[in-house]
This record gives sequence, C-alpha cells and structure tokens, in this order.
Amino acid sequence: MNIPSNLKYTSDHEWVSMEDGVATIGVTDFAQSELGDIVFVEFPEVGDSFEIGETFGTIEAVKTVADLFMPVSGEIVAINKELDVDPAKVNSDPYGDGWLVKIKLSNSDEGDELMSFTSYEEMIG
Amino acid sequence: MMQTPLYQKHIILNARMVDFTGYQMPIQYSGIIQEHLAVRNSCGIFDICHMGELIVRGVGAEDFLNYITVNDVKSMSVGDAQYSAMCYENGGIIDDILIYKYADKYMLVVNSSNLEKDFSWLKKYKRDDVELIDISAETGLIALQGPDSRNILQKCVELDLTDIPFYTFIESNIGGFNATFARTGYTGELGFEIYADKDDIGQIWDIIMDTGDVIPCGLACRDTLRMEMKFCLYGNDIDDATNPIEAGLGWITKLNKDKFIGKKSLLLAKENRIRHLTAFKMDERAVPRKGYSIYADGNKVGKVTSGTQSPSLQKGIGLGYVQFGKHKVGMELDLDIRGIMKKATIIKPPFYKNGSAQL
Repeated sequence: MNIPSNLKYTSDHEWVSMEDGVATIGVTDFAQSELGDIVFVEFPEVGDSFEIGETFGTIEAVKTVADLFMPVSGEIVAINKELDVDPAKVNSDPYGDGWLVKIKLSNSDEGDELMSFTSYEEMIG
Repeated sequence: MMQTPLYQKHIILNARMVDFTGYQMPIQYSGIIQEHLAVRNSCGIFDICHMGELIVRGVGAEDFLNYITVNDVKSMSVGDAQYSAMCYENGGIIDDILIYKYADKYMLVVNSSNLEKDFSWLKKYKRDDVELIDISAETGLIALQGPDSRNILQKCVELDLTDIPFYTFIESNIGGFNATFARTGYTGELGFEIYADKDDIGQIWDIIMDTGDVIPCGLACRDTLRMEMKFCLYGNDIDDATNPIEAGLGWITKLNKDKFIGKKSLLLAKENRIRHLTAFKMDERAVPRKGYSIYADGNKVGKVTSGTQSPSLQKGIGLGYVQFGKHKVGMELDLDIRGIMKKATIIKPPFYKNGSAQL
C-alpha cells in the first residue's frame, strides 16, 4: 500500500498536502483500493466553506458509496474537474492526478491534528 | 470461516477476499469493471464452489419435487436444467434454485446462504420413496461465462460443446476428470457451469486458465452482471416476504399444474397485484443502492432492492418493488439518493440487451 511520507492523513482515509495556506485533499491508496472502481465524485462548489468534519462530497464506486469529510476548515478554491471525464484517476493515481479539492485554510494552525504517515500506516495495519 | 477448494489460487492471483455466507470468496481480482466487460466481450471464470448441491432420488423423486417447487418438473427430460423456486404455503420464497435432471437422480443447486434452510424444508416433506443427500461439501463448481466461453472450453474437452443447448447439460470429462457441463449461468452470456468433485475442480480450473484466454472474475462483477439482466438475488430482490408473481417470476410459476406448496397463495397473489419488481435506469448521474426510497408523483411507491452503476450502460440502474400500476415501462420515478431526488425511468428488462446466452 502506497503511503507517501510527505503527506498528512485522516482516519477517514484522506490525505492532505499543505502549501502557502492552501490544502489539497484526496483519498488514500488504501481508500481507493477498498472502494474499487470509482464512477464519479460529487463535488462541492468553489466558494463553499466547510468546518472540520463536515461532509463536502461523495465518492460513488460501482459497488459502494462513501462520504468525504473535511480534514481541515476553510473555503473551496478548486475542484478536480478532470475527474468528471476520467474518475478512474482516483484509482490509478490517488495522490497525483486523482486529487479531489483544494481548500484555503481558515487558520494558520489547521492540520495540526492530522496523522503522520507512520501513524496512518499503523492504523491500516 | 470456510475455504473453497480454489482458495489458494485466489491468494496467488492476489484477489481481494471477503467473507460471503461463511466462505472466504474472491470479490475481485483485476477490477470490477474490467472483469465485468471481459464477461460481456470475451470470457471470465468464476469460483462458485460455495453454492449448495442437493441430490434427490428414488421412485418418488419427480412427484416430490413437483410438489415442493413452483415450476413443472414433469416437463423435464434427462439432460435438462430448470430454473425454479421453493415457496412456503403463504407464497413467500424459500429459495430460487436450479434443478438438473440426470438419468437416475435430480440435482438441486441452491444458494449457499439457504442451504441448511432448504435441506430441512425438503427433509420435512420428504416421503419414504425419496432419498435426499447433501453433496455440497464434496462438490466443486466453476462458471465459465462470456461469448468466447464455448470456443475456449472446446480447446480443453473432447465432447462437442455445440451439443449442449441452452439450459441443458452433458456428463463428460475434462483432462480425465468427470464433470457435468451445463449451459447455465448468471450473467446473460453464453456460458457453462462445470460441476466436479472438489478434489478435481482445482485441476479443471488450471486446465481452463492455461488456455490463457480467460480472466478470473469475482463476486462483485457477478452481481453487476446479473443486475444488468434483472436476474434476482436472494436476500435482495427476493426473500420469504416476496412471492414469485410480484418478483416477475410468473414464467417459472406453473399455476395450472397439480397441487404444489404455495399454489393457493400464488393464485391469490396473481389476482391481487400490490407491487411489482421493477427495473429502472437513472436519467441523471446517480447510483441507486439497496434501501433507497422510490417516489412517483411525490408519493413513496417503493424501495430499491438492488442497484449499481452499470458497467455496460455506464448509468445507474436499479431494481425495486414499486406499487402496482406505477410500475409500467416508460413511467418516470424519482429516487431519493441520500436526500436528493434524481430522475429515473422504468425500462423493459434486461438492461443489457446484447447478451449471448442463447447463441
């Protein structure tokens, strides 16, 4: 299972990468593998604001559906529209082309609670 | 947790394994869509050793089975397979089953989740001139399904597979192992279900895999394939609270045959139609799932029993019991998809029209 060391993780199997006050969010390799073939992602709108823990979308796979939970709080500044054309990118490249949304962080200390790759690795065993 | 005789092969093939009715079963190997499309376009192989097999034999076997199942067993010739169901007196479905008529016996193939229940039911009504044997533990079963399945299997056997029409079977051998080759399946494609001793089924699997033209397929795509054909799944679309008439299984329910268990209730069910198992396709991007509510003109008219994204149609499809009268082909429905209403249209099944099953 691929777990890049430079990312932060949540117990809902999402990854977060933070740069200049903007967080990029996606689902982990473990999550895409558990979900199986993904058929589409239901996104929020750019400009929507979310608190930590709020549902910001859903991922529909062939055999199941999963909610997406906000790992940080802030305002959506970008969604990965490419996934409307090729949702399988979430399966094939979950940490790259399969990213989901970018969010402008509300506070500078956002993300302090997130897991390191070692904790996440331990969690999924 | 039980393992099928093919368990080690799934591990080597790196399958994702799940607990299914007490067995460790492969849910997928390469991916559900890839496996699904392989069966639609070429050929896939399934381990379905978990299914139950019961032998019914003796001079009273035909009468007994004709009494305990809804289809007409007396119409069967040796070498025929028949899709049928067992019902309670109230018409509720105990199980949907396949019956194979051999020269000296019948074999009933039942859902593994229902094996014990079915066996006790049969035992309860069994007469002295009937013998009942559970051979599930000794029997292996693989399904080879897809338009190329006959050509591929033909490379492995000496018998002429064109001699096996749809819903018939032949006893023969493959690589020296005795097996029953049945033109049955759960995918809507040309295909064979191969029954053999549990100790031989692994070598039979290898013989077919070694042709190099088959990909292993898991239970996940077995489910999407059967949904595209509107084939019922016990526990989802049918159960002891549904009857064959409302499930659209009137074609296997021979109400004009002599007394059989459930006949009275099923005659009544045919007169008093309340709801019908309905196939619908989403008009918007959405995937219906089991348990979602179905609306028509603002009123709740039913619930989804099976749903998925159809890999062949690339649309959300579903089955569900819909209030009678609101279930007609072409009628529009609204599906409550996790709180948001999405439009759907009732279709004439199957969803997938180009199946090769009867070629």
